[in-house]
Amino acid sequence: MVVIGAGMVGAATAAALAASGRRVCVVDRTGPLGGTTAAGEGNILVSDKLPGPELTLALRSIALWREFAAEHGPAAEFEPKGGIVVAHDEQQLAALRDLGSRQAAAGVTVQPLDAGALRQAEPRLSADLAGGALYPQDAQVQPMRAALAYLALARRRGAVVVAGADAIALETTPGLVSALVTSRGRIATAVVVNACGPWSADVARRLGSALPVRPRRGRILVTEPLPVVIRHKVYEADYVSAVASDSAGLQCSAVVEGTASGTVLIGSTRDAAGFSVRPDPAALAEMARRATALFPFLAAVRAIRAYTGFRPASPDHLPIIGADPAIPGLFHATGHEGAGIGLAPATAELITALITGAEPLVDPAPFDPGRFAGHDPPGATFPQVSAWRAEPS
Amino acid sequence: MRNERVSFTFDDVPMDAQRGQTVAAALLAGGVSSWRVTRSGTRRRGLFCGIGNCFDCLVDVNDDHAVRACLVPVHDGDRVRTSDSVGYSPEHRA
Repeated sequence: MVVIGAGMVGAATAAALAASGRRVCVVDRTGPLGGTTAAGEGNILVSDKLPGPELTLALRSIALWREFAAEHGPAAEFEPKGGIVVAHDEQQLAALRDLGSRQAAAGVTVQPLDAGALRQAEPRLSADLAGGALYPQDAQVQPMRAALAYLALARRRGAVVVAGADAIALETTPGLVSALVTSRGRIATAVVVNACGPWSADVARRLGSALPVRPRRGRILVTEPLPVVIRHKVYEADYVSAVASDSAGLQCSAVVEGTASGTVLIGSTRDAAGFSVRPDPAALAEMARRATALFPFLAAVRAIRAYTGFRPASPDHLPIIGADPAIPGLFHATGHEGAGIGLAPATAELITALITGAEPLVDPAPFDPGRFAGHDPPGATFPQVSAWRAEPS
Repeated sequence: MRNERVSFTFDDVPMDAQRGQTVAAALLAGGVSSWRVTRSGTRRRGLFCGIGNCFDCLVDVNDDHAVRACLVPVHDGDRVRTSDSVGYSPEHRA
């Protein structure tokens, strides 16, 4: 079996397929961590999910992350730190309480925090906040280290990872996949998994199919290394609505978290701009302003760099996991938008069940790639390499 | 002027440097190649990029906490210290 894409989803999928006894080859046009996995924060969240299929997948995925972390936690910098969502005013707090009670009914652990409890949980937070909620199940990994740990696990189970192999086309013998043609040669296989994140629409097109996945851009600002002053993943309540929004325009809501190396990551933005990594100082300034409103001490902290990444967004904000509707033997595991790190283990488990015929633990129907059949695929051809210098200034 | 020497201390140990050298250059010239450890306490850090980008060479100079040794010139009488931490804490600039 061939997995295209050596990011977090491809790595976890390779490990799960190899665990089922399959011979697995992972190909990537560059190498491990060449795309979205290397441009995120490593979120493993239930707190930002509305009750529904994605939350069900997230709860299963958190359980799998904890199993993985029992053995590989330090290698992946797994931190079960918990998330705190904060509300600026009473109106936001009421909405947060309502969301929390619906999430709790769906199996999420939610602990309401009044203004005092909020400051106790996260002492550096602004005194102006109305309150918040603690989500102890939220966790964090260093996504690059986590993906490499999954790839290492896949290798120990016999998988092979081939870097610099760009997927070019599928060969089929009446109807069924028989080989994947790559820039480094042909690999005979009856099963191909497309785990190419925001590039999976382009890869699907090369393979004779179509997927409505588009890049949703995000920026992250990185501070100088600090002592541990921010304990949880902390974000504004309106982040949940920003995630669910369909707007192509720039949206910004503060997401702040420390990392094991001491830097603090400040997000987040969302906009649609193809694969442009052109710097946007105004967006960074807005993130800094919002983060400083949450944590006033950050005003005296230096930002040392920023980076840009692309989330694989699907039209209905649900991941795309399952069999291609037209080509037997082709599968997709993509469309996780900003939740791919968190959802990777459950995605890998689900796609493996669908490929091997095992009983899935999570209902695959909401994630079926066939739900878009008949829709127009995105018309634009996505560039293979992002290069802001290629654009007019 | 060219070979004028200045004196400073590094963790209370007297050292000297050529005027105009950065703190990092002075430490390296004095045989000190690392002056910080990562948060895990196991990995040593010193000069890496040398141009102010990586923030790996942080050091305390007099009352300034966590400055980049590669950018700051050393002055006569400077007290240079390894940081107790990897960087800023709110108390340091309160």
